[in-house]
Amino acid sequence: MFYREAGDFKTTYAEDNQTFPLKLDRIGYYAILLVGFLVVPFVIDDYWVSAVLLPFLIYSIATIGLNILTGYCGQVSLGSGGFMAVGAYASYKLMTSFPDLSMIIVVLLSGAITAMVGIVFGLPSLRIKGFYLAVATLAAQFFLVWMFNKVEWFYNYSASGQINAPERTVFGFNITGAEVQPFVAYLFCLSFVVVLAWAARNMTRSNTGRRWMAIRDMDIAAEIIGVNPLGAKLSAFAVSSFYIGVAGALLFSVYLGAAEVGEAFGISKSFLLLFMVIIGGLGSIFGSFAGAAFMVLFPVLLKNIMVGQLGWATDIAAHFEFVIVGALIIIFLIVEPHGLAALWRVTKEKLRLWPFPH
Amino acid sequence: MSAEFYFGVEVFLNGLMAGVMYSLVALGFVLIFKASGIFNYAQGVMALFAALTLVGFQNGQIPFAHLINTIFGTELSTFGWTLPAFAAILLTLGVMILFAVLVEKLVLKHLVNQEPIILFMATIGLAYFMEGFGDLMWGSDIKKLDIGIPQGGNRWIEDHTAFLGGDNFYGFYIDTLDIYAAVIAAILVSSLVLFSKYTKTGRALRAVADDHQAALSVGISLRTIWVIVWAIAGFVALVAGIMWGSKSGVQFSLSLIALKALPVLMLGGFTSIPGAIVGGLIIGVGEKMFEFLIGAPFLGGATENWFAYMLALMFLVFRPQGLFGEKIIERV
Repeated sequence: MFYREAGDFKTTYAEDNQTFPLKLDRIGYYAILLVGFLVVPFVIDDYWVSAVLLPFLIYSIATIGLNILTGYCGQVSLGSGGFMAVGAYASYKLMTSFPDLSMIIVVLLSGAITAMVGIVFGLPSLRIKGFYLAVATLAAQFFLVWMFNKVEWFYNYSASGQINAPERTVFGFNITGAEVQPFVAYLFCLSFVVVLAWAARNMTRSNTGRRWMAIRDMDIAAEIIGVNPLGAKLSAFAVSSFYIGVAGALLFSVYLGAAEVGEAFGISKSFLLLFMVIIGGLGSIFGSFAGAAFMVLFPVLLKNIMVGQLGWATDIAAHFEFVIVGALIIIFLIVEPHGLAALWRVTKEKLRLWPFPH
Repeated sequence: MSAEFYFGVEVFLNGLMAGVMYSLVALGFVLIFKASGIFNYAQGVMALFAALTLVGFQNGQIPFAHLINTIFGTELSTFGWTLPAFAAILLTLGVMILFAVLVEKLVLKHLVNQEPIILFMATIGLAYFMEGFGDLMWGSDIKKLDIGIPQGGNRWIEDHTAFLGGDNFYGFYIDTLDIYAAVIAAILVSSLVLFSKYTKTGRALRAVADDHQAALSVGISLRTIWVIVWAIAGFVALVAGIMWGSKSGVQFSLSLIALKALPVLMLGGFTSIPGAIVGGLIIGVGEKMFEFLIGAPFLGGATENWFAYMLALMFLVFRPQGLFGEKIIERV
């Protein structure tokens, strides 16, 4: 009924090109932003922030990052866990070396450092393609995790080999350490998510993004029409690693507070991010959010049902989680290989006609 | 010759043996990739699942005992009998074949003509599923697998090589299990090669590997071939599971050998059975020698975790299709 473009006249090129062409979508978008910034912080409690909202927000950033590389530029990466570790350890070193540095700058710098590491490990992508690249990125994953384990400088020679986030403040509020109020951590991450998602959306429909997509669709053809594969691939690696590094820094400093590299950033994290991208939908910013939400919320839901309601032992619940997640991934791929984003698109198309059939 | 040198030789030999173990896993990958173009990430979990099932049958465990106990409050654990190794292996093989049929019917059939990356993701989903399923079925504790293959250092080799060195050298230490694994791998590979060269099914397999469309048009059923290939891969996984399981116990980490098999595949090329063997040997020797010569003395050890991937990465930069892989031709 209301979900149409009828009566919504576009008079400029910019208006014609906007992200949400329908008025209702635009209103919905601003409404969600308003609720996210002005309502949610006052109603949430500690459980919601630590179990649902923080992981969702942080993984959204990482998923957008991986989606840029895999979904938009077509380079499959299994090294995202390692890149998150780079972000985490970079933020740790920055926090301990420069205690006065603002956390916002720390997080951004960690992203920049990760971007540089990403470029180094992205170099082979010029020669290696497809699966071979996926396996080659495993080299990054295992090498980085090994390095953070072995080189004591990275964890400041602590005996346990762990890194612990020292207390830091943003605008007078504690953002890391033991005494963080839930709404501060939430707002801090949410701001990053909004800015980074906005940047990603605009990057992907700009010149840069179109180059990435040309490389994804067929790199040789793209090269012939004048896309520089070196620039396109490396910029995708850099931007993607920046996002993943920011996510790693936030995950460690704001969410976990303490981390051990093999446990927090192992190969399973790489797969988790890849699942989020695939389930959400390759090459879609909305899909990144949907995938992250699904993979964060679903295990919480399962655990609540099986352990909380049925009273099963946690190990059985964990095994069941594996079975169900595995089955769901397969079912998703069979029913809709293009993920939740494609389902959403189909729903919207249907909505535009509803309730009249034509 | 110094004892150092002989120790190096021993590391080299052990590297070869470790390489054989990697090849065993890589072989399953190559088989499925050649026949269906699917990169089967679940191969490692298949090995784990096969080993779990084998141990379960041998000890007469009741499947899903833990789950049934939780739901119905019973106290089931075992049937109270034990099966001889041979019977248990046959039964497990049956389970793996059943698994192949189910995978084809429930998963692959619906994913025909999808992009390779989608199929790859589906096998990751499959790996997750099987991991949870295997744990639910047989429990997740570490199990001992013993089907009668002797273990420990081989006395005969030690006694007959001791004369090489001085007083401090007691001969090369090589695990008997590794020698068995090498022999079994050799038999497995040669029988696979013979099978694909001289039997009708083998010819059909090769035809499908060459060209799906052409194979279909001469009346080869793709779906039957896929079931056969997955069943063979299940058999290879069983062999690998037995070997790795006897060596280090049946536990979750067994499924991670799939990750170790990936660089092997990259070195050898995804489409070549000899490549899987040679690649496995290069990786096995390479990582053991690197750890011995450079890793342990200079880098603080545990370089085995990443050396294989780095080696494969370096190698691929110069030869993107691997040692024996088909040359990649790209057209617009």
